[in-house]
Amino acid sequence: MGYSFNISTFNNVLRELSADYIIYAPVKIFNKGVFSDTDLVTYGQIKTLEDIEFEEKSHFSSKEIFFPITQTLFYFTEDAFSLPKISPKKIIIFCRPCDANGIQRLDQIFLKNGDLMDNYYNELRKKVHLFVLECKYSFDTCFCVSMGANKVDRYSAFIRRAGDTVLCDVSVDFEDRFSKYGTYVNMTPVFIESNDIKVDIPEKIPKSIFYHKLWDEYSERCIACGRCNVVCPTCSCFTMQDIFYEDNPYCGERRRVWASCMIDGFTDMAGGNSFRKNKGERMRFRLLHKIHDFKQKFGSNHHMCVGCGRCSDVCPENISFTACIQKLNQAVQSSDQRGLKS
Amino acid sequence: MNNPYLPVKAKIINVKPQTEIDYTFRLETAIKVASGQFFEVSIPNVGEAPISVSDFGDDWIEMTIRNVGKLTNVIHKLKPGSHLFIRGPYGNGFPIQQMSDKDLIIAVGGTGLAPVKSILSQYCKKTIHLKSLTLLTGFKSPADILFREEIEEWRKEFCVELTVDKDDTKNWTGNIGLITGLISKVSISDITNTQVITVGPPIMMKFSVIEFLNRKIAKENIWVSFERKMCCGIGKCGHCKIDNTYICLDGPVFNYYVAQNLID
Ligand SMILES: Cc1cc2nc3c(=O)[nH]c(=O)nc-3n(C[C@H](O)[C@H](O)[C@H](O)COP(=O)(O)OP(=O)(O)OC[C@H]3O[C@@H](n4cnc5c(N)ncnc54)[C@H](O)[C@@H]3O)c2cc1C
Ligand code: SF4
Ligand code: SF4
Ligand code: FES
Repeated sequence: MGYSFNISTFNNVLRELSADYIIYAPVKIFNKGVFSDTDLVTYGQIKTLEDIEFEEKSHFSSKEIFFPITQTLFYFTEDAFSLPKISPKKIIIFCRPCDANGIQRLDQIFLKNGDLMDNYYNELRKKVHLFVLECKYSFDTCFCVSMGANKVDRYSAFIRRAGDTVLCDVSVDFEDRFSKYGTYVNMTPVFIESNDIKVDIPEKIPKSIFYHKLWDEYSERCIACGRCNVVCPTCSCFTMQDIFYEDNPYCGERRRVWASCMIDGFTDMAGGNSFRKNKGERMRFRLLHKIHDFKQKFGSNHHMCVGCGRCSDVCPENISFTACIQKLNQAVQSSDQRGLKS
Repeated sequence: MNNPYLPVKAKIINVKPQTEIDYTFRLETAIKVASGQFFEVSIPNVGEAPISVSDFGDDWIEMTIRNVGKLTNVIHKLKPGSHLFIRGPYGNGFPIQQMSDKDLIIAVGGTGLAPVKSILSQYCKKTIHLKSLTLLTGFKSPADILFREEIEEWRKEFCVELTVDKDDTKNWTGNIGLITGLISKVSISDITNTQVITVGPPIMMKFSVIEFLNRKIAKENIWVSFERKMCCGIGKCGHCKIDNTYICLDGPVFNYYVAQNLID
């Protein structure tokens, strides 16, 4: 059902929702950008519509709201474990279609990979309601259309801001909250139908491509900083970490912290064995995970990557993810497989 | 809700040093396991690591743990009566039931003997059936030999060939040389009915497989067990992934026909 608001009536809705929900949206933080003299656009808690950054793409995804960078799994004392308490409040996230789709990719890993469900993820995730922000235009590095992640069909609300007017398509669960302050209108969500960047993803990846020289470039350029993993809405890896408290070394907690497949140590094992020592191999691993392995493993309709372009945006070495996809595609398509090293 | 990350406390009922750095810990637990599976073993405050089950009975499991780092240092100081925390078992294990009418050759290097040990003891106890069993096992030096007493018992029940890479003691009378030497000589009477399991350091497994292929064993009849960094054991942390395969879920045991295509 569609509703129309002005800024103040929409803020009334937000105010009422905030009694039961913690509300997150892209926000702009002055001068805190990844690069110097730039602003940071990231997900933060909001109270009013004016807090929401509608114009720019957020540099980080919303995943840390329900998959925190550091998450306590349990506390231990000498003889007992106890679980962390979580807020009884539910969560609303204002996010763009790519991030909404990214959450489904994470669901696949945390909830459906293997027989055991990740209860920590599930507990936060089931609180989350998505208010999808309409994209008015595609940003420089977006390629969501190629990834089929430009559209979402399930959301709690779909939001379009046009000047001082806010139009919403609202699901039944939130109907009451919106109808109270809004006026009924017809509203059909509009999605981005074309990006400047298009990629062609090879369906079949021959194993020989693993040894192709195209990856060598990345061994030279990539500095293994892992920023591309941090900003990615679909990167889900983590490492376990036990810590103890200084004042009582018998008490502590087990945590998980985000891990990055591009950073040294991701595969290190006791005894000194490690894999993918070259950064080119790591680039291959990350790229194929995003545009091949996931889809193949889960037999899903879509790849893991949602085409948000953030990994290209954030790379200090200007490594373009989409350029790499195109190089891979060319290498796979070229029938003579020129460039194979062995 | 079910919390797969929460470990349970298991009492150590026996500690048996095998070598200076490898100790076998027997834990009291009724958890049912299969040969080749592993647990995530931890000490709160210190850390957690994947460790294979080296043997098991109705109300105990054993793990043979090498002292190599932060967690294993602390585990090695534990005495009977103290506790470890475990969650699992994880992974698929060896397809032993499918081998009942087959000749089985097991070729292992160093600590690779641990994950297959329960197959050997069950064979002796006649709780699993095989047409025949041969163990080829290699260690770096005589001082590194694991399960010495058991090996003597096994020799009475099936063929055991043991080799060391080098001998510093000068009084070693057994084989010297790499395990591939044993593989090249092992007697194979019925090629199509022979199954092979090989476990050990990556380089050892690689050359052992090559040698078995030279001996005309089909890829489909060779089984290998992978070791990778594993933080969760349940398909979430991503560390063990190779291509579209999660070693903790789909492995650690793989048929070589599949394993040959896993490229890190
Ligand atoms: C499926 C599976 C089954 C296993 N089964 C067994 C088993 O039955 N028995 C067994 O003993 N082990 C087994 N392992 C291996 C075991 O998990 C590791 O030995 C264990 O994780 C070591 O933990 P730690 O905390 O003691 O060592 P850590 O402190 O994590 O690591 C110590 C070692 O790692 C290396 N290392 C650590 N940090 C660095 C660094 N910063 N730079 C360079 N090198 C570094 C060093 O070589 C050092 O010796 C198994 C592993 C897997 C995946
Ligand atoms: S474009 Fe990059 S950051 Fe965005 S989903 Fe794909 S891999 Fe992740
Ligand atoms: S952000 Fe760029 S330099 Fe850093 S790890 Fe990723 S590809 Fe490499
Ligand atoms: S060990 Fe975590 S995914 Fe396999």
